[in-house]
Amino acid sequence: MKRIYMDNGATTKVAPEVAKVMKKYFSDSYGNSSSLHKLGRDANKKIEEARKIIADSINAEPNEIIFTSGGTESNNLTLKGIAFANEKGSHIIVTKVEHDCVLNSAKWLEKQGYKITYLNVDTDGFVNEKDLEKSINEKTILVSIIHGNNEVGTIQNLEKLGKICRKRNVLFHTDACQSYTKTEIDVKKQNLDLVTLNSHKIHGPKGVGALFIRKGINITPWQHGGGHEFNLRSGTLNVPGIIGFSEAVKIANKKDIEHMIKLREKIIEGVFDKISDVKLNGSKKERLCNNINFTFFGIEGEGIVGYLDEKGICASTGSACSSNSLEPSHVLQAIGFERKDCNSSLRLTLSRYNTEKEVDYLLKVLPEIIEKLRRFTPYKNV
Amino acid sequence: MGKIKDADAVGEVGNLNCGDVMKIYLKVEKNKIKDVKVETFGCIAAIVTSSLLTEMAKGKTLDEAYKITNKDISEGLELPNIKLHCSVLAASALRKAIDDYRKKFKV
Repeated sequence: MKRIYMDNGATTKVAPEVAKVMKKYFSDSYGNSSSLHKLGRDANKKIEEARKIIADSINAEPNEIIFTSGGTESNNLTLKGIAFANEKGSHIIVTKVEHDCVLNSAKWLEKQGYKITYLNVDTDGFVNEKDLEKSINEKTILVSIIHGNNEVGTIQNLEKLGKICRKRNVLFHTDACQSYTKTEIDVKKQNLDLVTLNSHKIHGPKGVGALFIRKGINITPWQHGGGHEFNLRSGTLNVPGIIGFSEAVKIANKKDIEHMIKLREKIIEGVFDKISDVKLNGSKKERLCNNINFTFFGIEGEGIVGYLDEKGICASTGSACSSNSLEPSHVLQAIGFERKDCNSSLRLTLSRYNTEKEVDYLLKVLPEIIEKLRRFTPYKNV
Repeated sequence: MGKIKDADAVGEVGNLNCGDVMKIYLKVEKNKIKDVKVETFGCIAAIVTSSLLTEMAKGKTLDEAYKITNKDISEGLELPNIKLHCSVLAASALRKAIDDYRKKFKV
């Protein structure tokens, strides 16, 4: 069976052109980018090219970019590294809809004695600017707000939120793992001090990410060793991965975004047309171009995912990272869902490779699956 | 799967908060399960285990059916650890339905 992949929020297929570029750096140009010889110098040259490509893509300088193993590491380094580098302050602000790697880093810091504020969001998933402003105090050192939400797709207005942080002299970080290359990130315009980026959500390889750290910011490294990445992240660089990452950034384009928006709107329209008792979660307007998140009242999301899988369609209920937990989604709870309805979600996340034909097939099988599950749910009137 | 409208007994386990609910309906004749159906709100493991259970229980005496364990149900399914509770839920839903029958008909 040909698989239809609509779980690009979990990870994406490595683009063939990315894989092709990477290949050479496994067994031909395999030098350590820190080595002085020719193979090392070759690798280093490519790494610096990659650094520039990524810096340019967010209007930053190359020496403001460090490579990491991915979004989780970049977010951990941000929260812990900023907390430990700032002796005067002990207060950090995050939102209730962050990815687990931000939330759990924040919780860990709480155990070390730091104060954390978990900001509420409205029913569309937006942070209220006044709430943010009110929660900043003289001890606040960092505000971390996810850009495009990984579950419900809402895109925050970084420019406005960043302005508040800048005005109050507090560092502003965003986790842009889902939004990178899908919507504009401009560190100058959006007043960003730190930005988490990763490769495997944009058709690059897994295990690579980056962190933008504005020049002059004091951050404590967590990985000690040979002093790689401006002494902020020791460890031999993942040369093929980083080169693949930058190639993925290069191939991202506006046309793909328009394509994904077109398919996204077709799915939303089709589902509302054919299925009753359904809600679209997240903002309708300020939304990731590839994200759709529905609640189908009365039935269980994992049941829908299972039957879609049987029909050849890969989807998820929300974050792939939490599907091994039985806890209902913290994001859906934060946007106001009752606990009983938090297990009824379906997330479809598209990519440049999805086609109109695949969407037609989805719109044919999904209503049948929903009807079938509703036929034998004990909760007809929820 | 589904509902038996004139069921002799019903057993419900789980709740919407935890994400899995099973409601088992029994039709009993001469101490034997003549018909059994289930309504399930849950993941595929919950749907499969509860559906499988109804197939296993049909035709059995109440005593035999009561002895069906979660291991009997999950055998051969290769359920991941985190989904084992689905088979436990299914077995206890059936027992609850049988308890309900015995209470109602004092047998």
